[in-house]
Amino acid sequence: MSDTPRPQYDIAAIMNENINVMRDVVPWANETRFRVTKVEKGHVFGIQPWEAHLVGDPETGVIHGGVITTFLDNLCGMACTSAMTEMRFVATIDLRIDYMRPAEKGREIIGEAECYHLTRTVCFTRAWAYHETRDKLIATAAGTFAINKARLGGSKK
Amino acid sequence: MNPQLTNPRADEIDAILKRLPFAQTLGMRCEVLGDEMTAILPFQEKLIGNVAIRALHGGAIASFLELTAMLQVFLVSDMPRPPKPINLTTDYLRQGHAKDLYARAYVLKMGRRMASVRAEAWQENRAEPVTALMAHFLVASD
Repeated sequence: MSDTPRPQYDIAAIMNENINVMRDVVPWANETRFRVTKVEKGHVFGIQPWEAHLVGDPETGVIHGGVITTFLDNLCGMACTSAMTEMRFVATIDLRIDYMRPAEKGREIIGEAECYHLTRTVCFTRAWAYHETRDKLIATAAGTFAINKARLGGSKK
Repeated sequence: MNPQLTNPRADEIDAILKRLPFAQTLGMRCEVLGDEMTAILPFQEKLIGNVAIRALHGGAIASFLELTAMLQVFLVSDMPRPPKPINLTTDYLRQGHAKDLYARAYVLKMGRRMASVRAEAWQENRAEPVTALMAHFLVASD
């Protein structure tokens, strides 16, 4: 390690400027069609639209839980990066999802993720998915992420 | 094939996969031998989560494992339809490479109301799982 101080960046601002690019470089995110709507330091918001090809129960038309897992996993990972002062990518260690109630057919889902603690190697996150407010949840998530070493082309979720 | 060895639920697993749009989006299929089922997720570009290192997306792997666990509960039960998930925890053990992924699920406990299931996904070597899942499903019909 060198003694020269590393440059500090406003990562959240950089992410906000590139909000659409972040999804375009992730093919599976493109397939599930979610959008990131806002990035603040340690806090990321997004929208998961209802799409016919994501339906997990043909009788009710409700989208599959795996779509919500993908959505919240991605938002949590972004929340980690947004909480940092230098650009690092993260990899999911583990992610727990609790399903409170099914999402409604045809409605978009709002997702919100926060990185509430950060060490040199690990980020701790939680996330929520709902239609209107956090009082009526569809699902919650709790995830831990490993911070990858600073290098170009490093692993990214 | 000896028809006495086949599980009548096997055909139903196939039918469920065919009418589940999300399972079709993933492109997964299942091979059933008696009460044992191996799920297969053939590699496709759209499953990538990181174009730089060409790793499978954790969400795609977790979705595949959730479906595998759900279908395994259905396979060993007499439920009229697949069970609903209550919660799940996914452990990402190794990077998923741009290759086919396989999975098996084990019903640790089949209760009257809930089922506890563990599932593992691997690529070249079954002893080196890429991802492990622990899930609970609601199996009560009411």
